[in-house]
Amino acid sequence: MTVAARFARNHLLTAYALLALTYLLLPIAVVILFSFNDPSGRFNYTWQGFTLKNWADPFGVPGLWPAMQQSLQIALLASLGATAVGTLMALALVRYGFRGRAFANTFIFLPMATPEIVMGASLLTLFLAINFQTGFWTIVIAHVTFNISYVVTTVRARLVGFDRHLEEAAMDLYANGVTTFWRVTLPLIAPGVLAALLLSFALSIDDFVITNFNAGTTVTFPLFVWGAARVGVPPQVNVVGAIIFLATVGLMFANVLRQRRGAGAR
Amino acid sequence: MGFLHRHRWVTPYGLLALGLGWLAVFFVVPVYYLAESSLQTGDADFGYAFTWAWGNYADALGRYQDQLLRSLQYAGIATVLAFVISYPLAYWIAFRGGRWKNLLLVLVIAPFFVTYLIRTLAWQTILADEGPVAGVFRSLGIIGQDGRLLATSTAVVAGITYNFLPFMALPLYASLEQVDKRLVEAAEDLYASRRVAFLRVTFPLSLPGVFAGTILTFIPAAGDFINAQLLGTPQQAMIGNVIQSKFLVINDYPQAAALSLVLMAAIVTIVAVYARVLGTEKLAP
Repeated sequence: MTVAARFARNHLLTAYALLALTYLLLPIAVVILFSFNDPSGRFNYTWQGFTLKNWADPFGVPGLWPAMQQSLQIALLASLGATAVGTLMALALVRYGFRGRAFANTFIFLPMATPEIVMGASLLTLFLAINFQTGFWTIVIAHVTFNISYVVTTVRARLVGFDRHLEEAAMDLYANGVTTFWRVTLPLIAPGVLAALLLSFALSIDDFVITNFNAGTTVTFPLFVWGAARVGVPPQVNVVGAIIFLATVGLMFANVLRQRRGAGAR
Repeated sequence: MGFLHRHRWVTPYGLLALGLGWLAVFFVVPVYYLAESSLQTGDADFGYAFTWAWGNYADALGRYQDQLLRSLQYAGIATVLAFVISYPLAYWIAFRGGRWKNLLLVLVIAPFFVTYLIRTLAWQTILADEGPVAGVFRSLGIIGQDGRLLATSTAVVAGITYNFLPFMALPLYASLEQVDKRLVEAAEDLYASRRVAFLRVTFPLSLPGVFAGTILTFIPAAGDFINAQLLGTPQQAMIGNVIQSKFLVINDYPQAAALSLVLMAAIVTIVAVYARVLGTEKLAP
């Protein structure tokens, strides 16, 4: 192959990859751009003019802030619950050989391989069958349920390569099991646990399908957007979407930097 | 801790108990109630009773086979498109990314940081009749003078492809990243052209990622109803739209439950056949 042909081919791949990245990022740019739009009617589809007023008062639309509050509370409770439960499971799966381990590994994978609509619908039939009023707490239950598998997967990835000798050393030095867990085990797995907490918080705040089935009359942020989509989405929704995007990216970079610094210090 | 020291074998079960119990109650038991609900008869006003009504399945399939087939078809096309878009991208990041790899990965999953509904609404804006893309397509003659992009099956498939693309790209990247570059060099040293080295070495080694990526994309795509709702019309309705409206709007629980289980069965069958074809027994991690 001639040098010129090879050059062209290398750059063809690069061009294709950059095009794919553009495709991935284009809607995000649109969301951010239209958060500065000043629509004249109900529909925020066409560019009318630049304004900062949506950013000055992002919760100026009735119902948006209460919905966001519900989402934040639910995400906090669900991510804490799922992370606590899932971390214990990940510890069991990585550090112990026991009968039924392969089964447990497969079982934990199943919720991730179930379409959201089936999971949401089946939970609703449970609540209907036992006459349990759907609302705030059924959403929390549903979110813990779908988050557990993601927490286990995230923490487990971090636990592989974990040096058990450190725990044994602590035990040899007369630390009891509880002290060993808090002083040795937890600090070692903390980055994985934090990543799992962030991931489940993000999944929870974004979830629409499962929430939609189990929300009753409770309105979370995605449910608010769904309702607004029928009558015209106000640009403030784009502002909140942009804030969530920037906050998540910021937290992710912070976690990466923290881990990198931790790795450098070791 | 004396008890735990003497009986170390109980520790893993103790650690697992809470989570497995939770999943049993809120993941397994609900599937039982879904199955029970699918065999009930009655109506929304007077309630439903269990009557072994297998006819619900025949009714549901007879009335909604179009939507079911459309869901599988859209999900299949979207999975292929996502693969075609993300394989070169994942390859490029894994082999040419250098020290920018992590940053590029963040860009690949960036869509996930924008609320699902909001990023789908952004596609509404992009594809709108008065939007720039439709205008360019009209002037190029790709669509007619009064042709539309929004409210077509193209829009729905494009939306599904976009929304689940990171599920494809990440496993592809993970497996390509692990490909031992020395094997590729060895093939080239043995006079394989770059194309042959890719087809005979790199691509086969990335098959676990292809398998994981296609399944992780196909499953949520087949159950999706948001893209059909926001980017399509009732002519593009998928099985998810039917299940959602039957459960939440007209409260026809038995048929909705039957359709959910049919969807699940269709997905499991397709994934099982696919796994057999790809021979994943050898590839499983």
